[in-house]
Amino acid sequence: MPAITLALFLLPVLAGLIGTLLPALGLLPSLGDTRFSLRPFARLFAAPELPGALAATLVSGLLATLLSFLTALGLAAALEGTRLFAWLRRLLAPLLAIPHAALAIGFAFLVAPSGWLVRLAAPLVASGGLPPDLPIPGDRLGLTLAAGLWLKETPFLLLAIIAGTNQLPVARFLDIARSLGYGPATAWLKIILPVLYGQLRLPIYAVLAFSLSVVDMALILGPSTPPTLATLLLAWFDDPSLERLGPAAAGGMLQLLLVAAAILLWRLGELLIVLAARAWLAGGGRGHAGVMSRLIAGAIALLLFLLASASILALGLWSLAWRWPFPQRLPASWSLGNWLGAGEGLGRVLATSLLLALATAAIALLLSLGCLENERRHGLHPTARVLWLIYLPLLIPQISFMFGMTALLAWLGLEASLAALIWSHLVFVLPYVFLMLADPYRALDERYRRAGLCLGAGESRVFFALTLPMLLRPVLLAAAVGFSVSIALYLPTLFAGAGRFATLTTEAVAANAGADRRLAGTYGFLQAALPLIGFGLALLAPRIAFRHRRGLR
Amino acid sequence: MAATLTGVRMISFTRRVAVLALLLSGLGLGRAALADPAPASWDQALAQAKGETVYFNAWGGDPKINAYVSWAAERVQAEYGVTLRQVKLSDTAEAVTRVLAEKTAGRSDGGSVDLIWINGANFAAMKRQGLLFGPFTQMLPNDALVDVAGKPTTAVDFTVPVDGLEAPWGMAQIVFIYDSARLQDPPRSMAALLAWAEAHPGRFTYPAPPDFTGATFLKQALYEMTDDPAALAKPVDESGFAAATAPLWRYLDKLNPLLWRHGQQFPQNSEAMRQLLDDGEIDIAFNFNPSEASAAIAQGLLPPTVRSYVFDRGSIANTHFVAIPFNANAKAGAMVVANFLMSPEAQARKQDPALWGDPTVLDVTKLDPAGRKLFADLPLGAATLPPEKLGRTLPEPDPSWMTRLAEEWRQHYAR
Repeated sequence: MPAITLALFLLPVLAGLIGTLLPALGLLPSLGDTRFSLRPFARLFAAPELPGALAATLVSGLLATLLSFLTALGLAAALEGTRLFAWLRRLLAPLLAIPHAALAIGFAFLVAPSGWLVRLAAPLVASGGLPPDLPIPGDRLGLTLAAGLWLKETPFLLLAIIAGTNQLPVARFLDIARSLGYGPATAWLKIILPVLYGQLRLPIYAVLAFSLSVVDMALILGPSTPPTLATLLLAWFDDPSLERLGPAAAGGMLQLLLVAAAILLWRLGELLIVLAARAWLAGGGRGHAGVMSRLIAGAIALLLFLLASASILALGLWSLAWRWPFPQRLPASWSLGNWLGAGEGLGRVLATSLLLALATAAIALLLSLGCLENERRHGLHPTARVLWLIYLPLLIPQISFMFGMTALLAWLGLEASLAALIWSHLVFVLPYVFLMLADPYRALDERYRRAGLCLGAGESRVFFALTLPMLLRPVLLAAAVGFSVSIALYLPTLFAGAGRFATLTTEAVAANAGADRRLAGTYGFLQAALPLIGFGLALLAPRIAFRHRRGLR
Repeated sequence: MAATLTGVRMISFTRRVAVLALLLSGLGLGRAALADPAPASWDQALAQAKGETVYFNAWGGDPKINAYVSWAAERVQAEYGVTLRQVKLSDTAEAVTRVLAEKTAGRSDGGSVDLIWINGANFAAMKRQGLLFGPFTQMLPNDALVDVAGKPTTAVDFTVPVDGLEAPWGMAQIVFIYDSARLQDPPRSMAALLAWAEAHPGRFTYPAPPDFTGATFLKQALYEMTDDPAALAKPVDESGFAAATAPLWRYLDKLNPLLWRHGQQFPQNSEAMRQLLDDGEIDIAFNFNPSEASAAIAQGLLPPTVRSYVFDRGSIANTHFVAIPFNANAKAGAMVVANFLMSPEAQARKQDPALWGDPTVLDVTKLDPAGRKLFADLPLGAATLPPEKLGRTLPEPDPSWMTRLAEEWRQHYAR
């Protein structure tokens, strides 16, 4: 089971990397190129857009990761144990569930010079009724893109921190630290963080890899002349003359190196900070009571939440608007036409998205449960290396292996089929579902199982009658996470579906490029609503199923 | 046709990978098919077409256009017993690649493409490589109604003579649009545009080439700058390219810093530019479809005060066509469809701004009274110029100009 599962999601990644490497080295037999050559790389480096593209990629990716990490860290350090933090924890799931494309479309409208924020502040900002000429979104260094990524990645890292602290006796550590006179934030940073950081490493690297290679958000918020590297490569892969296939594949390899270099750089930074912080850690400084840091952290958490929800609210308003011209604060005329008129299209797109997400989440759940149950029955203890393997699809830039993976699918005769689409989604959904499920599964007290076996039940009866019901809540939550990951996927949908399968994500991005905010708002709002509904159901179902079993809700 | 092809972009290259795989393996090409002989007369074409299925490979990114094709499918089924299926492409080059792959693999009958929506570089490539069936248009009864004298681009496609290998379907012409509530007297030449931009910095922009509309803006500007417009009708002569385009780059060096976002950012396509106009971020935009402004007002995408106009020295215009590949499986059916698409009924419906708004290729004065009434009854839309106000048209330069101009633009400004 574990072997099949690993093969199922690592094989496409590895085959995809090879399938992209070959054309990057001039080897594309179907085009008649069979001689090794570095020409694709030469053409890549000769492209006039490349320096600007690299600058925008590095600035937006590194800045987004650094800011998200510091924000998540700051929020956890300053707010751990407060009522605000408990409240923030509850908001985390919905924030996390918002798909990137929907958030980016809403955020772009929020912060544009003719956007909602300026409209709300119109009398203060606008000059002579005209919007200010500010380079937002799409500034050359990708600062708007970094801000959008920050909105999306901070909740993810905060979740990683919370998941990590759940395995530590945080309250006891902090009590001891406080009894020694440390301020709360100082105690967190000096005592919790050093123990915790090892568990944050992979999530941070995943954020780094994602931010440096994101496509859908970059199309919406990023620069265009030149665009970020991954977006530039997408346009080259898209060139119908096949002229730019070689340089695009070479660019995929460059993107991979870029991410690897960034991860190394981060690792180096970790080591330097460890060295530099040693004196500070052991120096005995007690820090302050933390009122100020709590206020600032509270304000940042509020800002994050307000920006994200205003973005989605803007999508909702646009989906109900007929005309909403500048500088009006609310739509000038309303219409249900976007929901009804998109009718046939919307229904089919919704059905495709749902089918894809449900099928992918179900398969990922089955495989994860199978692996975990297998591990349990055989008493296996997975090593850290296995964790790296699971994270692999999240650490390798999608644009670096999607082309090769598509070629693999074509070779298997699966191109542009629903099976190909589900498989390509599974590559990204499986790691999240497995990671969500692994901790609660492994934490389940082994004595329940033994009691069941002693009472004469078989292995499978124990699994279905004891393990599964006791884990219903985490199982459903993992399914909801898988569902929301699938709903949000952009590049795999485009590549494996060959543009023949329209999902809410591809349609929202396309409607945004086609410059109809009402349509983009409709698709985006629906795209944001589905994962929320998924999480709602996942939380509600155990409450109903176990309404007479308080301990299981 | 690329005029109407901007906008929704879908990824297509798996389909190209699939074509390449097909080429390599020869799989799927061995299918025996009954050859469809070239009809000798129109009557024979009509008889042969009955019961045929025509696979129409047409860009599928605009729901309005797809709905129009569905309507045409219903009509040809009812009238001629021809089944019309639209194969929705994200880029016409896909179909060209497929036909080429079939030719390379030796499939000279029973090809998978029966009819292609095409013009410009794709037509030139297919004609050059002998991938087209025909000449066939002289056999179509409705071909006599085409306004060849008034619309010379129906006979010469981007400088390449049509020679009866493609049937004209619709017209495109660059028109500028502005909001009359904000701007009263828009500039009517490239020189006036520069002067206006100096007085109103940040209020104009154009889509970044290689976007089709953006590249056409470069060609339009080049027409006004160059000393030797005749050179544009020939393929780019590399030795003279720098000299021929120097005035254009001098002009853009002056214009670009005066653009929206100081020329550091450009909209992706004409739709994004239209949204900037609606948002009040720019004052002038342009489009390749003369009735686009009216259509956008009707759809609530532009304010009702928007109007369109053309430059004094003329504006670039072209025609989009349908063509039949040399190995089409249903040549007679494809001819019947091509003829129907040129009929007054189909052309008038296509020109209706509420349905598509694509201008006709026909000479309306040649039609019978019923046909003329169809066009006379069409609503024009407040923002659409009547045909006599569309001014002089400039022919498209040789396709190689667009490629080279877009490349040079990248070198200059996309860094």
